[in-house]
Formats: sequence, structure tokens, C-alpha cells
Amino acid sequence: MRAYSKDHEWIGVEGGVGTVGITDYAQAQLGDIVFCETEPPGTVLSAGETAGAVESVKAASDIFSPVSGEILEINDAPAEDPSLLNSAPDQTWLFKIRLSNPAELDALMDENDYADYCRG
Amino acid sequence: MRTPLYGQHAALGAKMTDFNGWEMPLQYEGIIAEHLAVRERCGIFDVSHMGEIAVSGGGAFDFLQILLTHDMRRLEKARWVYSPMCNPDGGTVDDVIVYRQGDGYLVCVNAGNTEKDFAWMKLNAPGGVNIVNLSEHFAQIAVQGPGAAEILGKVDTSEALLSAKTGYTGEKGCEIYLAPEDAPKLWDDLLRAGAVPCGLGARDTLRTEAALPLYGHELSKDISPLEAGLERFICFDKGDFIGRDELFVQSHDPNRRRLIGLTMRGRSIPRPGYAVLCDGVPCGVVTSGCPAPKLGVGIALALVTKEAQTYEVIIRGKNEQAGRTELPFYKRDGAL
Repeated sequence: MRAYSKDHEWIGVEGGVGTVGITDYAQAQLGDIVFCETEPPGTVLSAGETAGAVESVKAASDIFSPVSGEILEINDAPAEDPSLLNSAPDQTWLFKIRLSNPAELDALMDENDYADYCRG
Repeated sequence: MRTPLYGQHAALGAKMTDFNGWEMPLQYEGIIAEHLAVRERCGIFDVSHMGEIAVSGGGAFDFLQILLTHDMRRLEKARWVYSPMCNPDGGTVDDVIVYRQGDGYLVCVNAGNTEKDFAWMKLNAPGGVNIVNLSEHFAQIAVQGPGAAEILGKVDTSEALLSAKTGYTGEKGCEIYLAPEDAPKLWDDLLRAGAVPCGLGARDTLRTEAALPLYGHELSKDISPLEAGLERFICFDKGDFIGRDELFVQSHDPNRRRLIGLTMRGRSIPRPGYAVLCDGVPCGVVTSGCPAPKLGVGIALALVTKEAQTYEVIIRGKNEQAGRTELPFYKRDGAL
């Protein structure tokens, strides 16, 4: 089960580790994504802190961590080929983070709530 | 505000954006696809938001010579002439294209500057010169790319009020002015003939690759056309014009700011407003920056206070290396 942030990140959690990416809605809003950068493993973040950036042709956008914790691993694939974030946003994770406060997940949206949120 | 082609953009599913109060298409299929379509085939742009101001009367020519920095005598042979328009202090009011039109002239101005330019022209016009803002009576479609002539050969352009081989992409092509009610048919005909609809997103990357200035970025009331590298459009020998004295002083100042081209060495992308370091010292700012779809790297136009051996752009707190690149970044085959 995935949870969704208001900043349009998704997170799937397994064994206390969250896997984070950007949503299909986010990639559609951004357009052609040409750059992706994530903070390195070992970085400790609070929920809502900048975890990296994606850039479309038109503009740069920050990626925010939906939860607090320590980045364990980053995915090189979207840095090598940023267009993966357009073609397969649900499969293209950006980073894995060890949750320091799993209760924060309760503040995120489920799939239905997120769909309503995107419709405004 | 909406252009006469708003319905076309909606029907094509364009992603819309606000541009100086105008609801304009940012992109249709995607900025990269549209950019490459213009470089390789033919794209069309709705530029109906641009302003058109008519200048007529016995003193019209002499007035334009005073108002603009370029030499209007070029219009004896040419259909149109590009020129900056300056303040007395050398800052830029706008950059415009002047067309011969009937017994007078039509001045095409940037959409966001139309009211300001109209007021500036009226303020400076002597008696006997008529200045009329005709913007709402013109739609405008730009047809750009190596395939533009072929596409134009397939459509009926007899309704055009004015057509000239101008553009803002670095490619061959033309801009067609026509009555608002005639614009949708020509747009649809051009699409049927194979032209690709292109939005403001591609227009910006195309003009940045071609190093064409955009008012509010490379030109402003605080940036003179000399600083923006437009000296070839300033004619000191034509007689007096508004801003001449200050521009003449600037032209002899070796320390004046200058616009340079930068190409990023890594993958990062420079954006407008990012700080630039020359030999490690803050020396300027990115005025326009984007990924260059045709070149595959991040490029920037930057206004700097000095030349240097090394350049860096500060991107999200990191100093990213850039190399100086001769402008334009992109030049079509055979272009002068």
C-alpha cells in the first residue's frame, strides 16, 4: 500500500524502510523531465525537507521527503535517464529512507484521497 | 486575456500558462518534441498576444529615427527592421520590429509592453504623427523551420494583412499578421499541411539556443541593448536618437556589463536568476537558462561584469562549472 504527500511524492513502506518516488500527476504537470538529483545516502531528513530536485525543460522543482529518517540508498536509474520519471513514475523510485517516526505516515493520503486531491 | 486561437489550443489539449496576463499554450505534445519539430521540420506558434502599434503622418519616419536606435533608412530596401527602443539613460523600453505598411509603419512590440510602449511613443511623438494601438485588430501566427516554405506553399495565405520573413527561433520561416477572425482557419490549414503546433515552452528554448534576447531577461529598463550584445542594431552615425548620449559613453567603456554564453560541463541546468562566478568571484547573473534540446546540455545567457578564465553557476548551493561559448549556441546551416 502506498501513501501520497501533498507535494506529489509516493512512498511504499516495508520493514521500516520507505521507498519514495514522484507521482504520475507530478510528472504530467512537469512535462519532459531532463534532470534528477537526490541527496546522498546518509543524509538525515525531517518530513517535508528537500531530498533532491527534478527539472523539466521549463523549470526546477524540489523533491520533498514525505517522512523523517535517513536516506539508505538512491536509485541511479533516473539520474542516468530522467525520462524514466515520465514513462514509468510508479516504478522509478528515487530513494529509500529508514523511517525515524512511522506515525508520520498517518498524515499522508491514501490512493483515493490523493486522486481527489489532484482533482482539486 | 485570450487570443483568437484559444479554441484551437483547447481543442488540441494544450497545457496553458499565464504570460503577462495572456492565457497562452505552454506546450501541446511536449517542449522537446516541439523544439525538435521546429529545428527539423516546421512548427507554428500563436503569437497573437504581441502588440501592434501603427505610426503614420508626415513626420512618422523622422519620429521613428528619434525613437529607435537602429537606422530606419534600412526600410528603403527592407520590408522590416529590428530595433531596440531606449530611455534617455540607455535602458531598454522594448525591442521591436518595424514594418513598412501602406503610407506608414507598423511597430510590433512585446505583449507585456504594449501599453507602456504606446504611452512612451505618444509621449515622444511630435504633432502631425499619429500613433494608434491596433493590437486587438491583429492575430499573428509564426511559421518556423526548414520545412516552413513547403508548408506555406500548401495553404491559402491570401487573407494575410502582412507577412515577413521574421521569427524568434533561429530557423527560416515567417510571421503572418491577419485579422482575428481569419486566424483559426489559417491555423487549422497549417496543421493539416503538416505543421506541428508549438507553445511558449519551445519558443523559449529555441530562442535561447539562438541567443535571441527576451525583454525582461536580456533586456530591461536596467539593461541597455549594448550590454545585451545588440550593438549592430545601434546606429550612432544616423543622427540623434533617444538614449544616444548614454549609449555612446557605454560603447567606449571597456568595463561595461556584457552578455555571454555559458555551457554547463555537467548535467545541471542553469536557470534565470542564478548567480555566476568569474574566476571564483561573484560577477553576474543568468538571464536565461534551460536544457538545450538540440544540444543536449544546459545553456545560459549571462550578464557579467568581466571576462574570466573560468565560469561557474551556483545551482542549489553548489558551484557548477561552465564553459564560455560563442553565441549563438545554435546556428542553422547556411545562416550568416
